[in-house]
Parts: sequence; structure tokens; C-alpha cells
Amino acid sequence: MRLLTHNMLSSNIKGVTNGFPLRIEVEKAIEKQVDFNPDFLKNMFPKIDWKALLDASRTMGYAELPDETPDSSMLDSDEFLRKFHHALLELHLEEGALVCPETGRKFPVNKGIPNMLLHEDEV
Amino acid sequence: MASRPELKAPPEIFYNDTEARKYTSSSRIIEIQAKLSERALELLALPDDGVPRLLLDIGCGSGLSGETLSEHGHQWIGLDISQSMLNIAVEREVEGDLLLGDMGQGLGFRPGVIDGAISISAVQWLCNADKSSHEPRLRLKAFFGSLYRCLARGARAVFQVYPESIAQRELILSAAMRAGFAGGVVIDFPHSTKSRKEFLVLTCGPPSIRSELPKGKEGDMESCSDDDSSEDEENQTVCISDRHRPRKKQKITKKGKGREWVLKKKEQMRRKGNVVPPDSKYTARKRKGRF
Ligand SMILES: C[S@@+](CC[C@H](N)C(=O)[O-])C[C@H]1O[C@@H](n2cnc3c(N)ncnc32)[C@H](O)[C@@H]1O
Repeated sequence: MRLLTHNMLSSNIKGVTNGFPLRIEVEKAIEKQVDFNPDFLKNMFPKIDWKALLDASRTMGYAELPDETPDSSMLDSDEFLRKFHHALLELHLEEGALVCPETGRKFPVNKGIPNMLLHEDEV
Repeated sequence: MASRPELKAPPEIFYNDTEARKYTSSSRIIEIQAKLSERALELLALPDDGVPRLLLDIGCGSGLSGETLSEHGHQWIGLDISQSMLNIAVEREVEGDLLLGDMGQGLGFRPGVIDGAISISAVQWLCNADKSSHEPRLRLKAFFGSLYRCLARGARAVFQVYPESIAQRELILSAAMRAGFAGGVVIDFPHSTKSRKEFLVLTCGPPSIRSELPKGKEGDMESCSDDDSSEDEENQTVCISDRHRPRKKQKITKKGKGREWVLKKKEQMRRKGNVVPPDSKYTARKRKGRF
């Protein structure tokens, strides 16, 4: 699972009001190269929750993203876009867990696939 | 259809390791799913600006439908309830992210972030009650409600479905409308038993020009058989592409980097201590062409 997906996902447990962002527990993180596409990044940028991406990328061992939420003028900087690209699309959580921020319920991640199935009493 | 898989067992049981592999190694299924996905993507009517979008593939299975999205350059997130199907998707090294989940429990995504959704041959499964706790109406409601919330306003969702009956189609459609979607059913080749295909085309947000229903493909099999080919009714397979329709601007496929290059890169990454999927015959394989 890439941080792009992490940035969209929230905990869906019944009664949870703020299930975003899921906390990441890393057992194994990997990197996979993806073609760089500035158009996609620019289109995606306004929808990204920066704080969540920043924290997630640090948890995954990547410390190059700026602390402050960048304003859209940064999208003209190739250097910024490449870092954004790397954090969003090339870092994968391979083994570990996603943790619901409200209940602490863990969603295990195996072979890169988060198990988001809810138990019957969570629906 | 002689036997409907939905009636045999719940999806996570029906699509076990054996069935998942069988499904994904049938060249007939691969071809049909690719065509259905191609048509669903066309019905999504994304802006024609060449910008890749973030899409959902609901009931993504082993990734056959998602591969069509990747071929068009889009990023996608796939959701499926069958671990076996997802395992095959991992093996096939699909480019989308995969989630193990049950659409009937609702989708857990932030509001308004997804640019579009497709679902190929999957939603009819929601009409079954596989467990005593399952109530199809509630599961459809949870599904469509959560889908509506996570889609950007004006975004579309296209579902290719095999409803078992008119009542079932109504059940699905009314759940979608109640969730706030506008739209309806588009039927390609309504007069052909073999090639008839149904797509539920939904638009998120208040009715607008965007929510006007596109037309289904008309006519009979003639439109997709070569003039000189003999008309062999029995052997006609599903055909939803119409040769007389002008092709959308075709992206010129970049010369791929090739298997050599990929293997070298993977080796480099391994040496850096990264975990890289094992090399297989699928590594850097040629993608199918477009239809
Ligand atoms: C016929 S396969 C289609 C797979 C893929 N879309 C394709 O075109 O090849 C239907 C898929 O729907 C999935 N499915 C059925 N019910 C589901 C549910 N409630 N939630 C998520 N996936 C489901 C099944 O596990 C199966 O992989």
C-alpha cells in the first residue's frame, strides 16, 4: 500500500467519528519505482492532507518533505514535485498495521494489502 | 448463463485459490473483462485532458479490470473480499493498491477525494444474504452511501452488472438513487442475448448535463464483424466495441524499457536491501493492446 492510498483511507468502524489518519506501524517498508507524472501530482495536490502525508512518510523513514503545508506555488518546483512523487507513490507499507486513531483497532497489512474487513459488531 | 456463481457460495468462499487461478488464466475471461472495463472507463467520461486520475475498482479481483485503468495511465485502488483473488493480483504485479474489504460494509475513504469508480461483474453479489447478519438492502445502502461520500462532486461511478432479474436490477438502482446518485442503466446491444451488457452509470451530485445518460450501443453483431468474415453466430463472443466509432486520441505507447532494464533495476534495488517481488514470467511482460 502506498501513502497515496493511506492518505485517502479512514477507519470505517461503526461509531467512529474521526477515523483519519490511520496510524502506521511499520514492520517492513519497500520502495518501487513509478513513472514521474507532474500532471497527476498537481491534480492530486489539493486533495492531499499534508500533515498526514508528512507524518506517514517520516514513519516510513523518508524525511525529505517540508514541514509546512506547501502552497500551490511549490507545484512549479521540480525538486518539490519529485519529493512529493516519491512520498506519495513510491513508498509502500509491505508488512505492518494501520491503527484506528479513535479506537486503537489494528488493521493488519500483509503482502502490502491492508485487511479492512470489519467484525460483525463493528458494522 | 447456466450457473450463477453468486448462487453457489459467498464470494470469499467461491473465489478460493483454485477458482481465482482458474478465473485469471482463462484467456476468454481476460478478454471479456478487459472489454467490459474498457467500456466502463469510456462511460466514466473523464475529462479528455490526459491527466491521470485516482479511481476505485470495486470488486477488483485479480486485477483484470484494474489493468485496463493502468493501461490508460490512471492510479487506482482496488477493493475485494477474496484474499485468493488479491493474492493473484499481487502475483501479477498490478500497479494499483489493493485492499481486502467488503463493499457491503461501506467504503472507508475521506469525503470527495476519488475521481471516479468502476466495478466490473461484482455488485450483483451484494444482493445475496450470505450470512444471517446480511440484509441486502442495508448492505447496498452502506455501499452506495459511502461511495457517494468519497467521490468528488460531478464524478461518476460505472458498474457493469449481471442482475439476476428485473427485481434485482431495481433493488440495486433504487439503493443508488436513494444515496443521492443520478443516472440509470445503459444497455449495450439490447437485442442480442449474447452480447447484451448492462452498465449502471451514476453521477455524484445534483442533476446536471453530466448526469444525462449516455446511449447504449445499438445494432447487432454486424458492427463488429469484418465485412469479409463469415457470420458465425454460434462463435460470436461478447463484442461491445464498434469499429465505426472514431477512436479517442490514442496515446502513443512509449517504447517500454524492456525486461532487461527492469531485471537490472530490480537487482539494483535488491542489492540496496529493498524487498523486491521475485522475477517471474510476468515481469515486464508486454501489456495487451487497446481495443
Ligand atoms: C467476476 S469477479 C470480477 C473481478 C474483476 N473486477 C474482473 O473484472 O476481473 C467478481 C469479484 O467481486 C468480488 N466481490 C464479491 N462480493 C464482494 C464484496 N461484498 N466486497 C468486495 N468484493 C466482492 C469477488 O471476490 C470477485 O473477485
